[in-house]
Amino acid sequence: MTDKLVQPFSQKRTAELAENLSAGGEVKGRSLWADARRRFVANRAAMASVVVLVLIFAFSLFGDHVTQFDNETIDWDVMGSVKELGAPSLTNGHWFGFDESGRDLYARVVQGSRISLSVGLVGAFIAVMVGTLYGSVAGFVGGRVDGVMMRLVDIFMSIPYMFVLILLLVVFGRSISMLFVGIGLTAWLDMSRIVRGQTLSLKNREFVEAAVAIGVPTHRIILRHIVPNLLGVVVVYATLLVPQMILTESFISFLGLGVQEPDTSWGALISEGVKSMNYGTLWQLAFPLCFFVITIFCFFFIGDGLRDALDPKDR
Amino acid sequence: MTEQSPLLTVRDLKVWFDVKRPGAMPWTPVDKLKAVDGVSFDLKPGETLGIVGESGCGKSTLARAVMRMVPTEAGQALWLGQDLLEMSKREMRAHRKEMQMIFQDPLASLDPRMTIGQIVAEPLKTHFPGLSTPEVKDHVREVLDRVGILPNMINRYPHEFSGGQCQRIGIARALIVKPRLIICDEPVSALDVSIQAQVINLLMELQEELGLSLIFIAHDLSVVKHISDRVMVLYLGNVAEISEASQLYRSPGHPYTEALISAVPIPDPQAEREKEVMLLDRDLPSPLNPPSGCVFRTRCPIAEERCGQSRPPLKDLGKGQQVACHLR
Ligand code: SF4
Repeated sequence: MTDKLVQPFSQKRTAELAENLSAGGEVKGRSLWADARRRFVANRAAMASVVVLVLIFAFSLFGDHVTQFDNETIDWDVMGSVKELGAPSLTNGHWFGFDESGRDLYARVVQGSRISLSVGLVGAFIAVMVGTLYGSVAGFVGGRVDGVMMRLVDIFMSIPYMFVLILLLVVFGRSISMLFVGIGLTAWLDMSRIVRGQTLSLKNREFVEAAVAIGVPTHRIILRHIVPNLLGVVVVYATLLVPQMILTESFISFLGLGVQEPDTSWGALISEGVKSMNYGTLWQLAFPLCFFVITIFCFFFIGDGLRDALDPKDR
Repeated sequence: MTEQSPLLTVRDLKVWFDVKRPGAMPWTPVDKLKAVDGVSFDLKPGETLGIVGESGCGKSTLARAVMRMVPTEAGQALWLGQDLLEMSKREMRAHRKEMQMIFQDPLASLDPRMTIGQIVAEPLKTHFPGLSTPEVKDHVREVLDRVGILPNMINRYPHEFSGGQCQRIGIARALIVKPRLIICDEPVSALDVSIQAQVINLLMELQEELGLSLIFIAHDLSVVKHISDRVMVLYLGNVAEISEASQLYRSPGHPYTEALISAVPIPDPQAEREKEVMLLDRDLPSPLNPPSGCVFRTRCPIAEERCGQSRPPLKDLGKGQQVACHLR
């Protein structure tokens, strides 16, 4: 607390302040967001992760324009003898080599990245939206409504979600949309708990009381006071949720229940790579695995950085 | 002054909270915590009423009940004759601009994500939605200037100010809609002593200038001494004494008031050493299970048998002094 108060009065700031005062201009304040941004930018690991992640996103979006191969054409010459002919090579343009059925692995990884990342983002988005809404309503309304809503969450939570997800995929057929729904539906539970807790503590803060005393209508209190103060937690949790979604999808795909050929994802690619590991075509495992691991790490670093930046008290 | 009809009349106000015993079954009846148990007082226009009591005596709850921020069990709070507690939400909202509140923790009462300009403008925007942005800004600058905050600071955030400045901003927020009553809930107890005086002086100046009524809540008598016209002493949700401030300090009526006054340090060290401090030995009893009869009985140095039998009514001792004690 004290260093927070002392900080703003470094010499440079004081000079700035004096200048502003004499000029009679309005002094620009440092919002908590600006503070957080500064702390985040100062966090090297997080900033490096942002850069890497941007590159991976660019790769998944535009990677297929760089190569002359697509992800469907099968090179029949390579097919039977991938180990000898299909290794990665810079000369023939197959930078990541071939997969087991003779397709260009680079194009396949681009395709897989697209699906994995979108599963992660969409899944996290659904979870965050549903969870935030559910949690803040439960927390703000309180009383019996809160009790019923949260007991329901408890019940859902006690069901092993992987089991439910697999059951859904088996019963309703394996499709990407089913995967989205299944993952999104189970992941909002944690979110709603976190948001509810935050809302409860915000509700008792004096500035919310002050708004009530002023006579600000309830919906304005939620929008102007509760939500902006909730945003930090939601953002942090959302960044940590994305890799979790990707992991879940990969695990499901690894089991062979997720995306289906000719679609693919990191999990499916890794699964294929593992199967052919014994034939000595290690690159088939290495490339998708690299992307997968690096992305997960990036998200975790960014999430960590955001948490430190948004809530400096917890460090 | 005496003929003026009161601005706020509170009659037999009760605020009870439901308290669940830990580990209780859902169907077991809840305990009632009597935070405020039958408090009555009048407040005249332009008057300052100090409310004093230990923490947990219900003084903040009383203020919040009048503002309709906590549900009340029974009683009335008449604002110029109209019962605030009976009003619909809409009617109440219209009245809220006439009574504003200042809070104990100055920083915590300001939304950390808003600039002080936005914070101070909020009541204005709520109650006068028709005002244009430049008009709002003019008002904000004016009122900030009045409380001693440089108006060119409006784009700064609360955490960039000191506690005293934050409290000034809180006062500005209360003033901007030109209320007739400001309830100050321990506005200075979180501040340094030197700054306490500044804030109290500011409040007194403003009161003089604008003819405000103030309800000034504090946990010790020394703080309210200078600012109050009358002082109400609360103990466990009950009124122990309501008196003219000068009378109360000269000759406290209730044993509890005596104890509170003896706890106030005297600036003269010689006198301070010689004075007899009346110590209240035992702890405050739980409001969940208050003593029978006079609630002060368990700590009262002069308690008698009849104190446990019936609750003492407020008696008028003359000279504007009302005391709830069997022996006075
Ligand atoms: S009524 Fe009895 S117990 Fe209560 S204050 Fe008076 S003397 Fe003390």
